[in-house]
Amino acid sequence: MVRKERLELSRLAALEPKSSASTNSATIASKPGHAASKENYNIAASRLRDPRPARHNARMTFALSGWLAPLRRPGPLCLLLALLALAAACAGLAAGPASISASQVLGSLGLGAAPDPGIAAVILQLRLPRVVLGLSVGAALAVSGAAMQGVFRNPLADPGLVGVSSGAALAAVAAIVLGSALGLESAGRWLLPLASFGGAACTTLLVSRLSQVDGSTQPAQMLLVGLAVNAVSGAGIGLLAHIASGPALRELTFWMYGSLGRVGWREIAVAAPLMVLALLLIPLQGRELNALLLGEAEAAHLGVDVEQLKRRLVLLVLVAVGGAVALTGIIGFVGLIVPQLIRLWAGPDHRLLLPASVLLGGALLTMADTAARTVAPPLELPVGVLTALIGGPFFIVLLLRLRGRSETW
Amino acid sequence: MSLGLAAEQVGYRIDGRGLLRQVSLSVAPGEVHAVLGRNGAGKSTLLRLLAGDIQPQDGGVTLNGRSLPVWTPRARARMRAVLPQTESLRFGFTVEQVVALGRYASPKHRPEAERRIVRAALQGAGVADLAGRRYPSLSGGERARVQFARVMAQIWEPLPDAVTDAGGGPRYLLLDEPTASLDLAHQHECLLQARRFAASGVGVLAVLHDPNLALRYADRVTVLELGRILGQGSTRELLTRELLERTYGVGIELVQTSSEALPLIVAHPRGPTD
Repeated sequence: MVRKERLELSRLAALEPKSSASTNSATIASKPGHAASKENYNIAASRLRDPRPARHNARMTFALSGWLAPLRRPGPLCLLLALLALAAACAGLAAGPASISASQVLGSLGLGAAPDPGIAAVILQLRLPRVVLGLSVGAALAVSGAAMQGVFRNPLADPGLVGVSSGAALAAVAAIVLGSALGLESAGRWLLPLASFGGAACTTLLVSRLSQVDGSTQPAQMLLVGLAVNAVSGAGIGLLAHIASGPALRELTFWMYGSLGRVGWREIAVAAPLMVLALLLIPLQGRELNALLLGEAEAAHLGVDVEQLKRRLVLLVLVAVGGAVALTGIIGFVGLIVPQLIRLWAGPDHRLLLPASVLLGGALLTMADTAARTVAPPLELPVGVLTALIGGPFFIVLLLRLRGRSETW
Repeated sequence: MSLGLAAEQVGYRIDGRGLLRQVSLSVAPGEVHAVLGRNGAGKSTLLRLLAGDIQPQDGGVTLNGRSLPVWTPRARARMRAVLPQTESLRFGFTVEQVVALGRYASPKHRPEAERRIVRAALQGAGVADLAGRRYPSLSGGERARVQFARVMAQIWEPLPDAVTDAGGGPRYLLLDEPTASLDLAHQHECLLQARRFAASGVGVLAVLHDPNLALRYADRVTVLELGRILGQGSTRELLTRELLERTYGVGIELVQTSSEALPLIVAHPRGPTD
């Protein structure tokens, strides 16, 4: 699997140096962006390491109530996160194996003198699609995680952990491997998004049915069901990898560890619009989700049409996660980490949590991807590996914090 | 057209087992109506039917002249609030935010006016000093009082007299064992507040375990036994020793104290006296 991944990488790596060789002005412009993204990462990482601020939230609130307090309010916080996403996007465009100066990046985007066509191609065909993917897929995963946590009133719900992503990946892989055998080519480039959406839908239905105890979903039960679904999906993907041959096999490695480097504009154009629509619609349900946290019966008493709300949100999450998996494979933990960070910082109010998750999710995944492809060039880590490396320990910290406490933060 | 919250000859079964049979009950605006009975008598089922959580197989429930399912969820929420027996909120909202959640369907005001209502509701429930605390860090009794403030905030202001599709007319407050996790002082505080609410024109229905509280704070009472009505009427006339002994299956004594006009209901564990 590693070799396949390397093959893919060397294909990309071969592309970038070639285009950079055609330019003679090797600059150090990629450095600042690189540094910035690392720095941002450290902020997130230090938050992960120290869970205490939430436990003593009241005290922390007091201690920071001075100059940081305004950053808990929706407006300033969203503005800050939007700037962070913008910075992440700039870093993603500027950093890479090929040294490309800021002015050349701007030129490629049509904001200055047009640079060498080779450089423009690297920016527009390699880096820009990755940045767009990072922003939209990160946003989709994070806001889906936040919405699922609200709908199931379970802070551990995450599209990856409860098996929705792997179900979607299994269906997509099956479509790749078995598609030609079953004569599904006629579906063309719609096949993959449709399959992964269908897979996401089936697993969501399965998981939410199986994790219900007396009409409400139980957090522990849901995780256990997700464990089983992940195991079965992983086995299914492994099985298909055995059957598969040639080019199909190469594609499979992506689905296990998601990557932003697989698809180009053509695929993005197919799967992204619906996904982006879904991730923009989810934040409109903030007040309803707040009411739902009180309990389903209580939300109904407050005038929320609970069944309709749940159906609508689950559908939107399916579209968002299905689209994300179709484009990038399984990228875990984004949907878990991002909403938790925001709850830690600004509380559980969904009117802030949902839009902030969109922004922070996009920013973090873009930064993670930039780090993944610049940390040890020419080697490129699949970004899913990186998010799992960070997310796994984070998840354990979360479990330890929740152990034996009635509070969910 | 009569304005009120009424169940008419409702019946409710689960798996063929009748939980309620031919029960009629009406809550009039401005009164406190208590529901008494043993565990499993159908008190909570009756309250959930009146709240619209479950639909009766027989009979029906009307709210301000219209059948309950006809109202939109929002209109219903403007006219009646429900305090369930248990709470399950585990996310770290502040107390003030929890009470503000009650205002989901209520007529909207400017932020300052909304905040005033939330504060007044907090004050009414005696938890104004907890406003900035995080809900999950509260004790069980404190949580119960915050939830009480939340349901009061939901129907805090009078609605227009004219009943339209958006709701209107009198408001109703349904309380399922509101005193269960409260200490003695707060039990009385809670029902006093319910009385004050009733005085402003709200019809209050409260499922209670302590007949003394019913005797002191309810205008009318409905006593259930095994899903049927054992007695219904004005509290002071209905709550006799005989009826209470039959209801609870224990010996009852009504003790007149020197400080109060109302007798104290005292239970003896040895069984009915006759």
